[in-house]
Amino acid sequence: MITVGEAVIRCLEKEGVDLVFGYPGGAVLPVYDAFHDANIKHVLVRNEQGAVHAANGYARSTGRVGVCVATSGPGATNLVTGIATAYMDSVPIVLITGQVPTVQVGTDAFQEVDITGITMPITKHNFLVKDPSVVPTVIKKAFHLARSGRPGPVLIDLPRDVTAAEIEFDYPEKVQLKGYKPTFKGHPSQIAQAAKMIYESSRPVILTGGGVISSGATPELLKLAEIIAAPVASTLMGLGGFPGDHGLSLGMAGLHGTRYANMAITNSDLLIGLGVRFADRVTGTVERFAPKARVIHVDVDPAEIGKNVPPHLPIVGDVKQVLSTLLPLLTPREGGDWLAEVAGYKRDYPLEYTRKNGLKPQYVIEKLSEITRGESIVVTDVGQHQMWVAQYFCFRYPRTLVTSGGLGCMGYGLPAAIGVKFGRPEKQVILVSGDGSFQMMMTELGTLAEQGLTLKIFILNNKRLGMVRQLQEFYYDKRYSAVDFSFSPDFAALAGIYGLAGYTVETSADFDGVLAEVLAGDGPALVNCLVEPEENVFPMVLAGKGLDEAID
Amino acid sequence: MRHTLAVLVENNPGVLARVAGLFSRRGFNIESLAVGQTENPSVSRMTIMVEADERVLEQVIKQLRKLIEVLKVQDVTKEEHVDRELALMKVNAEPSKRAEIIQIVEIFRAHIVDIGRKTMIVEVTGDEGKVNALENALRPFGLKELVRTGKVAMLRGARDMATNGKEVQE
Repeated sequence: MITVGEAVIRCLEKEGVDLVFGYPGGAVLPVYDAFHDANIKHVLVRNEQGAVHAANGYARSTGRVGVCVATSGPGATNLVTGIATAYMDSVPIVLITGQVPTVQVGTDAFQEVDITGITMPITKHNFLVKDPSVVPTVIKKAFHLARSGRPGPVLIDLPRDVTAAEIEFDYPEKVQLKGYKPTFKGHPSQIAQAAKMIYESSRPVILTGGGVISSGATPELLKLAEIIAAPVASTLMGLGGFPGDHGLSLGMAGLHGTRYANMAITNSDLLIGLGVRFADRVTGTVERFAPKARVIHVDVDPAEIGKNVPPHLPIVGDVKQVLSTLLPLLTPREGGDWLAEVAGYKRDYPLEYTRKNGLKPQYVIEKLSEITRGESIVVTDVGQHQMWVAQYFCFRYPRTLVTSGGLGCMGYGLPAAIGVKFGRPEKQVILVSGDGSFQMMMTELGTLAEQGLTLKIFILNNKRLGMVRQLQEFYYDKRYSAVDFSFSPDFAALAGIYGLAGYTVETSADFDGVLAEVLAGDGPALVNCLVEPEENVFPMVLAGKGLDEAID
Repeated sequence: MRHTLAVLVENNPGVLARVAGLFSRRGFNIESLAVGQTENPSVSRMTIMVEADERVLEQVIKQLRKLIEVLKVQDVTKEEHVDRELALMKVNAEPSKRAEIIQIVEIFRAHIVDIGRKTMIVEVTGDEGKVNALENALRPFGLKELVRTGKVAMLRGARDMATNGKEVQE
C-alpha cells in the first residue's frame, strides 16, 4: 500500500515525466511529500502562472506533455490564465491541483475554490477525484486526453484526504473513454476529392497552422507544396512548420501579415487550410476572406471545420496522416503564371520599415534572425514585439517559435522561455519581450537565476504599451489612455541583481556592438533595447476590412 | 428552426453543468432540457430543444460531441419520432367553475390530480402543441402556477439511438 500522493508520482514516472513545474501549499502536501523519493525534478516557480506557462513552453518546444502542480484556492486560480493560454493554442498539459478535504468541499473552506467548475470552459477535460482507488486511472486518462486528438490542458483536482489515503498501486496499461474517439485518418474519398480539386485549380495557396507542427507534418507539407507548386502562407501558430527561407514561403498571413501572403490568399482559387482554425486574426472580415477560392479544410477537430469559414471540402483527421494519404495521389506540376504573379507581389510589396532615426525594433529582430539563422528557439510575449518577430524573424524549423497566439497572454514569455530551456537545453533560447509584458511576470527571474538557466532576453522597450497605443492612434484618434509607463525599473540593472549580464542599447550601432557578445556568452543576459517609441506594426488590416486592404 | 436533440451522456456528477455551460458560453439557446437515467444506469439521456439555423445546429452538435462525457448526439427532428412533455397546472377553481374546468380537462384527456378549496392541479401529457393549447384554455380561469418538464423524445419503430441513429455529417 502506498499513499495516493506517492501513487501520483509513480504515475508521472510511468508516463515518462522527469520534470514538473509547481508551487506547494497546504492542500497538496501529500503529493509534495512524495517528491522526496521521486526521479522527477521539481522546479519551484515564483507564481503558479509561471508554472503553467513553463509547462506550456516545455510542451511546445518538445512535443511532450508538460506537467504542473499547484495547491487549492489561490494556487489553482493563479493557474487559470495559463490554462486558458494552453487551451487556446492546443498545448498538452496535465495540471494537478490540491483541493480541500472531501468533507469540506462545498463549505467555502479555507483556500477552497471550485477549480473544476472554473476551468470547465478552458480545459479539454477535468476531473475532481473523490475515490482514492481511481486516481491512477484518472491520471492515465488525463495524459491520453492531453496528448491525443487535438491536444489541450487537462486538470485533475485531488482533495487532501484523497492524496493522503493509501491504495494498492496499479497503473493501467490502457484506458477506455467511451465518449472520446478522435478521428485520426482522413476519409479516403474526401482525400481523393482533394487531389481532384488541386488539379482543377490554377492558383492554389496553402495556409499552414499550429496543427502542422503538433502533428509533425512538416516533411509532408514541404512535399505537398513542392509537388503542386503552391505558395505557403502561415498563421502565427504555424510559423516554423514550413521553412521561412523556402522560395514558396509567404510568411505570416492575417491582420499584421505580409501583403504578399494576404494578396495571394485573396487572389487564390483554392485555399488548402492545414491544421488551422481560420481565427479572426487571420481572416479579417470573413466575407472578404479568400473570396474567389474553394476551400479545403483539414483539421483533427471536427468542430473547427465550418466554424468560421465554410469549407467546400472538409477533411477531419490528423494533418500528417491526411497528407501521407494525399501525396501518392499527386503528380508534380509547374507553378507557371501563378507563381510568377506571387513573385510579383513579393517584389512589389515587401515587408519594409524606415531605417532612419534611432533603434528600430524591426532592426533588432532582423539582426537576431540573421545571426542565429533560425537555429535558436525564439519565445515571445504579446504585443508589437511579437508581431515584429512573426514578420521579421525567419523561422526555419518547427517548434522554434513559442508564443501565445490565441489568448494573446502578456506575461507568457519569461516563464515559457524557462520551460523551453528545460525542454531543449542544447538550444540557444531567445526571449523577445516588451517592457509591458516583461513586467507582468518578471518575478520569474528568480526561478531563472535559481535554476541557472542561460536565456538571452531582449526587451524592446518603448516605455509604453505599444500595441494598445497603436490601436488608440488608429481607432481613437490618438487620444492615448493609460498606455505610458512613466516609471519602469532599469532592466539592465535589474538583470544584474538576478545574476544576468545586463545591457542597455539605444542605437543600431550600440546593438550591433553587444549582440555577438550576448549570444556567444555562456551565461544568461538581458538587453534592454530602447527602441523608437511610436513605431507601428505594419501592414495593418483595420477592423471591417478585407485582407487585401491593409495600410502601411 | 427548432431542433430536438437526444444526447447520451455518462452519468457523472458535473455532466449537466458541462452541457449547460457549453450552451451558454457559445451563445446557443436552450429552449428546454430534460434529463434522466436510461436503461443503462451508467448512462443518462438528455433531450435538448434548441432554436438554431443549420450552421449553428452543426456547431452545437459538434461542440457537444467534443465533450468527453458525451457518448452520442442525435438530431431527431427530421426523423419519425414520438415526443412528449408533461405539465402540472394549478388553476383557480371556485366551486362554481369546477364543472367547466373538468370538461376542458376531459377534452384534452388530462387529469385532475389535486383539488384544494379554491384551486385544482391539472396534469397533462402530450406534445408541445397540446400542452400549449390546454394552458391557453385554462388561462382565463387564472393560472396560478405552471411547471413543464421539457420535451422528451424517442425514435419510432425498431430503430434506437444506440445503433441506427442518423448522424449529422462531419
